[in-house]
Amino acid sequence: MAYSINLTVNGDGREVEIEDPRVTLLDLLRNHLHLTGAKKGCDRGQCGACTVLVDGRRINSCLALAVAMDRTEVLTIEGVAGDDGLHPVQEAFIAHDGLQCGFCTPGQIMSAIGLINEGQAGDDPERIRECMSGNLCRCGAYFGITQAIQEAQNRRSGTDRRSAA
Amino acid sequence: MNRFEYLRPNSVSEAVAAGSEPGSAYLAGGTNLLDLMKAGIARPTRLVDVTRLPDLDRIERRADGTLRIGALVRNATLAHDQDFVRSYPSVAEALLSGASAQLRNAATVGGNIMQRSRHVFHAALASVSDAAEDDGRYSAILGWSKACSAVHPSDFCVPLVALDAKVEIEGKTGRREVSLENFYHLPEDSPEIATVLQPGDLISAVILPARAGTFSPHTSYLKLRERTSYAFALVSAVACLDIEDGKIAEARIALGGVAPKPWRARSAEDVLKGAVPGEAAFRRAADVALADARPSRDNAFKIELSRRVVLRVLLSAAKGSPDRLPPLPSSPFSTTPGVPHDA
Repeated sequence: MAYSINLTVNGDGREVEIEDPRVTLLDLLRNHLHLTGAKKGCDRGQCGACTVLVDGRRINSCLALAVAMDRTEVLTIEGVAGDDGLHPVQEAFIAHDGLQCGFCTPGQIMSAIGLINEGQAGDDPERIRECMSGNLCRCGAYFGITQAIQEAQNRRSGTDRRSAA
Repeated sequence: MNRFEYLRPNSVSEAVAAGSEPGSAYLAGGTNLLDLMKAGIARPTRLVDVTRLPDLDRIERRADGTLRIGALVRNATLAHDQDFVRSYPSVAEALLSGASAQLRNAATVGGNIMQRSRHVFHAALASVSDAAEDDGRYSAILGWSKACSAVHPSDFCVPLVALDAKVEIEGKTGRREVSLENFYHLPEDSPEIATVLQPGDLISAVILPARAGTFSPHTSYLKLRERTSYAFALVSAVACLDIEDGKIAEARIALGGVAPKPWRARSAEDVLKGAVPGEAAFRRAADVALADARPSRDNAFKIELSRRVVLRVLLSAAKGSPDRLPPLPSSPFSTTPGVPHDA
């Protein structure tokens, strides 16, 4: 029995036929839609490498069934840059050396975008680290990641005077 | 993961009918269920997706002063609701101390209550050598039996049990309420955390009684674990104090990570009735709370640890609930002045 779902991925409406209901959102993105930015690190919701936004909320896509994503809006790393350039969080990760091998990076960036939208962490590195604790980085780029998120958040709230409008 | 049929009913009665069939499991946030299915431990043949059912995702203050929290309210949504944080800060802090942000965004209130212990992983997957290495740090010291010494893993349920929360259930025979404390069976004979749920029963809400809000000025949840974040509790505890004219009019104490269900420490609460808040009274209460504790494995350390956690959380509650939830929810670093966690 095939399940038919309609969802929006990075602004594009997609209609997908799913034969096997065990397909996770992560599997759908990577194998069916060829959006391989989200990574399968642990497949158990423990590492965060699969983090995407669903209806604006960051979740582990490995623990979401594709069949349950009907009528949702999904944002992946492939969809965050604008026509005029990289997303501020992407720029900040580069500026602050928030990556080494890059495997966890799409998940880190999506999680950071979700975090900033949640508006809970403010300018406090301790709160940022706590709120990012669901994203592991085996290369240990945590210091740069935290700084990047601080800068991106400050730019967004306009407290960073270096970012000209 | 085994293959299954996926259904998405449009009403609670449709859901209950589908959920009553043998082999059915309800799917909400999926953060626990899908993990168990990937491990081959849960093997439902039908998933009944309840996430689109109407009217189960509201947080509602009712005329009688009770608060009805719909079962589909996401953990993160509840923990960040300003009115909720103001009235029940220890519940919000407990929620934020659990899992990760991504998991809290997906996980629901109903699902949190339905969490299974990590024991089910160990029981299903352990080899002989694993069993030898498992020193029982995640095993119980209260309420356990030879059949099962698992601990209930939820943080959320600990202050809920202290505040006399109720679970609202929709089933084949209609709607009923059960106290959260009695929602769980102690595992005398069966090696699983069992609940009072019958086939088809669907958790529709958690209800906090009117009295629960009176404790908000003096409440604290403390969680001890081996990592600063994103780990289950070794031991956790909540203390809620109603202090009037410098004396404790009523105390509520509950422990997590020590028993197969969230553990209400009523005899310790009785010891504090009418007492002046302070270390002497709190030490007495902590001793009473752990009086019946016995190690189920090589985990006697948890008994002394629990005593100290109860003492510390009572002291913290007596000091007063913070104006703002700390950066590290429920962390000992948040309750010990002058001890920085990190540069």
